[in-house]
Amino acid sequence: MGLSERPLRILIAKAGLDGHDRGAKIIARALRDGGFEVIYTGLHQTPEMIAEAAVQEDVDAVGLSILSGAHLTLFPAVIEELRRRGGSDVLVFGGGIVPDEDVASLAAAGVARIFTPGATTQEIVAWVREHVRPRTA
Amino acid sequence: MTKDDWLARYRKDQKRPVRFSTVSDMEVEPLYTAEDAPPDGERIGVPGEFPYTRGVYPSMYRGRLWTMRQFAGFGTAEDTNERFRFLLAQGQTGISTAFDMPTLMGYDADHPRARGEVGREGVAVSSLVDMRALFEGIRLDQVTTSMTVNCTASAVLAMYLAVAEEHGTPWTALGGTVQNDMLKEFIAQKEWICPPEPSLRIVVDMIEFCAREVPRWHAVSISGYHIREAGSTAVQELAFTLADGLTYVEAARKRGMAVDDFAPRLSFFFNLHNDFLEEVAKLRAARRLWATLMRDRFGARDPRSLRLRTHAQTAGCSLTAQQPVNNVVRVAVQALAGVLGGVQSLHTNSLDETLALPSEQAAMVALRTQQILAEESGVTNTIDPLGGSWAIEALTDRIERDARIDGLGGMVHAIELGYPQKEIAEAAYVYQQQIDRGEKIVVGVNRYQVPEEHPVELLRVPLEVEQRQAERVRRVKRERNGAQAREALARVRAAAESGENVMPPIVTAVRALCTVGEIADVYREVFGVYRDPAWV
Repeated sequence: MGLSERPLRILIAKAGLDGHDRGAKIIARALRDGGFEVIYTGLHQTPEMIAEAAVQEDVDAVGLSILSGAHLTLFPAVIEELRRRGGSDVLVFGGGIVPDEDVASLAAAGVARIFTPGATTQEIVAWVREHVRPRTA
Repeated sequence: MTKDDWLARYRKDQKRPVRFSTVSDMEVEPLYTAEDAPPDGERIGVPGEFPYTRGVYPSMYRGRLWTMRQFAGFGTAEDTNERFRFLLAQGQTGISTAFDMPTLMGYDADHPRARGEVGREGVAVSSLVDMRALFEGIRLDQVTTSMTVNCTASAVLAMYLAVAEEHGTPWTALGGTVQNDMLKEFIAQKEWICPPEPSLRIVVDMIEFCAREVPRWHAVSISGYHIREAGSTAVQELAFTLADGLTYVEAARKRGMAVDDFAPRLSFFFNLHNDFLEEVAKLRAARRLWATLMRDRFGARDPRSLRLRTHAQTAGCSLTAQQPVNNVVRVAVQALAGVLGGVQSLHTNSLDETLALPSEQAAMVALRTQQILAEESGVTNTIDPLGGSWAIEALTDRIERDARIDGLGGMVHAIELGYPQKEIAEAAYVYQQQIDRGEKIVVGVNRYQVPEEHPVELLRVPLEVEQRQAERVRRVKRERNGAQAREALARVRAAAESGENVMPPIVTAVRALCTVGEIADVYREVFGVYRDPAWV
């Protein structure tokens, strides 16, 4: 298999202290069933740990799950930590309990897409397929 | 007409292309008759008598209504104190405290890991100074207080006891609950510090301490709620919860306690999901199973040891961000299942909880829902009005049979194998696929959608709360008697290492203004840190 045929590699990450991993695990499994290579960080990760894992594992995108209300702090922190490690081209998307008015500020901070309650797994898998591109050709 | 004749007519008449199953995917019969649920006086019984199918007390809600206990907490202790007083003024009859994630995970507000999370998912409590403000002006001998806190429950309960002392209220006059169910943390809610074994040991320390010193306190609330929220079925919720309960009973007995010395103060906490009949049956089955297990497996004699008394909360995971006002209806149906299922205490969710923490107005509608059920609906006039319904009794029998937990072994071992975690994740995935494929209907999400904006006004916790709270805990550490605090922490460490009960030294430590984070650090250093196995 040539490098370009490598399946897209996605890091599903749980940032912060809350233990709500139902959604993250469902998305991880749906993406895996959709043909992606998925790495799941497990719970209670700091932005530094997530960015480190993303760079080390050479992922093409990071999907961040946050249900703790700390999204305005943690999403930008992950993007900043990625940038510091030379991973500014890693696509960051996410999901959780995020009020509409915060979605716009997260987009401005560089989050490619936020999925909120009611999004289907097909919708998320289709979006990833359409928007995530291999970082190295 | 025989049932078979009737079934033939039914099949000809039945047109809707639907698989008739509960929200947990349990298929149900088109009709239950006397054949499905033979009248068995002993198994159904009467309220207040073994096996408690019809309720744990003889007079149930005619004797005393359930406690209306709305879970609340956000921002600073002062913000939450104000919400407590508002809810009490609106007729709430018990307090229930939501702490923020740093408090729940054992980090003070000034810790780097607390960044962005202070006061967001609950109230920030780092030291006794916060706890004083939280219960300012509330008579602790006149209200019962529930505190949803687990791996740091020892520190938080100690602070509550210290506040009571300052109010001049003796510990023997205090009634309430700390959730303190660490087993379900590893299974479902996933807030932890140290591994399962030492976590269980601290729970038993607290059961032992409360039995001796705070006799009206529930030292553990054995919780299915979070198991269900993590995606389990109703049967899994019941089975894993009872298995957790049995593990605590075994551990306390191993410590040398007699079952009737602590079992009367064990309490439970179940979820109330959308499927009305399934939820009523689950609660009735829970009581019968627990009473039977306590009597037959552990030889409990005190009737109070056999009674499964429970708090219940409507299912947060059933609420929708779409058309959020519809959530009021879901909550009412779920709460009715709780009442007809005979719960002792109830939280009704607010309509805005898929968007943010409850606003004051949304919290009031939720409380009013309970008051309407209690005062207007008439369902409290007679005890267990659904008892004897063929459908209810047949479903109760079915859930009791399916939730039997023989052979599961101790839950510590099951958790180490990842068995309940994987089963729950599997059930959650199956359910999500059913929704995504439209096999299960969620109104406003996969049917009857409308294009919309979120019209409800949301509670926002300002970011300054974090700085203010971090500064407050730094000041506490700066201004307290440092030598006294260090010595008190050393005594907590000595108890943790030696196996002596940790509670007495923790009470001394919080009086000396040692913080939640400092006590959690002792646990981390002595017992090590548990890491998520991250199974997918």
